[in-house]
Amino acid sequence: MPRLAMVIDTRRCVGCGDCVVACKVENDVPLGHDRDWIVEEIRGRCPGPTLEIRSERCHHCADPPCVYCCPTGASHIHDYGGVVLVTASKCIGCKACLAACPYGARFIHPDGYADKCTFCLHRVEKGLDPACVAVCPTHCMTFGDLDDPLGPVRRLLDSRPHHALLPEAGTEPCIFYLT
Amino acid sequence: MQHVEISTTRANPLVDPVLQVWGWEIPVYLFLGGLVAGLLALSGFYLLRSRTASERGAWPQAPMLGVVLLTLGMGALFLDLDHPWYVWRVYLTFEPASPMSWGSWILILVYPALFAAALLHPPERVPFGAGLLAVIRRGSEWMWARPRLVQAIALSNLVGGIALGLYTGILLGTMVARPLWNSAILGPLFLFSGLSSAAALMHVLTLVRTHGLVDSTYADLLLHGLFQLLKPPGRDPSTAGEAMVRADAAFLSVEGALIALFVIGLAASTEVQQQALQLLLTGAYAPVFWCLILGTGILVPLVLQSLELAGRIRHTVVPALLVIAGAFLLRWVLVQAGQVSSWT
Repeated sequence: MPRLAMVIDTRRCVGCGDCVVACKVENDVPLGHDRDWIVEEIRGRCPGPTLEIRSERCHHCADPPCVYCCPTGASHIHDYGGVVLVTASKCIGCKACLAACPYGARFIHPDGYADKCTFCLHRVEKGLDPACVAVCPTHCMTFGDLDDPLGPVRRLLDSRPHHALLPEAGTEPCIFYLT
Repeated sequence: MQHVEISTTRANPLVDPVLQVWGWEIPVYLFLGGLVAGLLALSGFYLLRSRTASERGAWPQAPMLGVVLLTLGMGALFLDLDHPWYVWRVYLTFEPASPMSWGSWILILVYPALFAAALLHPPERVPFGAGLLAVIRRGSEWMWARPRLVQAIALSNLVGGIALGLYTGILLGTMVARPLWNSAILGPLFLFSGLSSAAALMHVLTLVRTHGLVDSTYADLLLHGLFQLLKPPGRDPSTAGEAMVRADAAFLSVEGALIALFVIGLAASTEVQQQALQLLLTGAYAPVFWCLILGTGILVPLVLQSLELAGRIRHTVVPALLVIAGAFLLRWVLVQAGQVSSWT
């Protein structure tokens, strides 16, 4: 069984927002809500500050606090790829998962249930990339099996310096940023 | 310290710029849940310790009051849900890793314990006539004739109360993403806060019911069973009221000590926990934390109770009302400040 992950090259990402638009179109994300978003982080002061542009979304953590806190099992780890999903018909809208997520990756859908990135599992199961990956004009995003030693994700992580966000939270995120 | 500037295109409601998923409903629910937990634990303990008929009848209103308050609390919880008509889904599963799942089942199990305890003390009047009252009284007599059953009811109230009180704190404590809540102290802190506010509530109700708002003798033996444990050997409390104030002061002292441990624990933790703690110590929530929770919620009632015990001032409901207000504000501030705290 694959362990799905995403690698994002921050040296290629220009923050154009195509990934955000593609996600909204593909997943019919309600107006005023975001399943993915762009972050610009400036570190240090002139003359030597560094800028990192990141496309962010749910990190599909291997140790997801949003799943553990869910009282109904609506938040769960899908059998295929370890993707973290929400079953809308089981969600009571208690918002515990929103409070438990250190990345702020979830929101309440206007219909009342918790919503988030699904890694476009409906596309992935057909052998396609997630919509955000497929439309990226700079090809800064790579999607695949983290456990495949010969796959593109593992090869990038083995060959380039990278970091995950908030590893100190202990959630084992599956989104990695090349630096 | 490194200069970091972050801008984001994300603007999800309730999440950005800071998390605000829980409004007034959750603090109200946690407060009422803690209050009912205290009522359950104290009345269960009292029932276990009582030996005479007068002792058994000393706290009759606590279980029914618990039913009413718990129902109000669950009503607030229901109002907080964004997908409320799916709430039955909670009871189709048990998620052992989810404190909220534990809490949902504890709430359901607490109701029969409360009703059974209420049945032990039938009211003098019921809204649906004498026929129903006769049935209730027969049920009550049937239960009193079985001491082991009464003991089991008392034990279920005691255990259910402790579980409910602990759960309300653990619910917050397990949220990894909220540094202010990353403390195992929250469970016992909310339990003792619930115990002190429950004792205070019964104190107020007894004074109002039996003697008006002021009294220097406290005829009612509310916590007599508990005080038998707390009193020093060979010394009999002059009045039950005096012993009750001692018990309330003991709960408040433990609560104060737990708040100190909570602060020390976060202060000795990582940078994010230290920053989160500053929300309470020096930040936006500091005035309420220092003045209304620690000051008028714990220290002032302790001083007033000490003066009452020393016979320097008359017994009044003031300390009890301050304790109840402080317990509510403790939940309010911790829920609101905890949501503001984050890892980023």
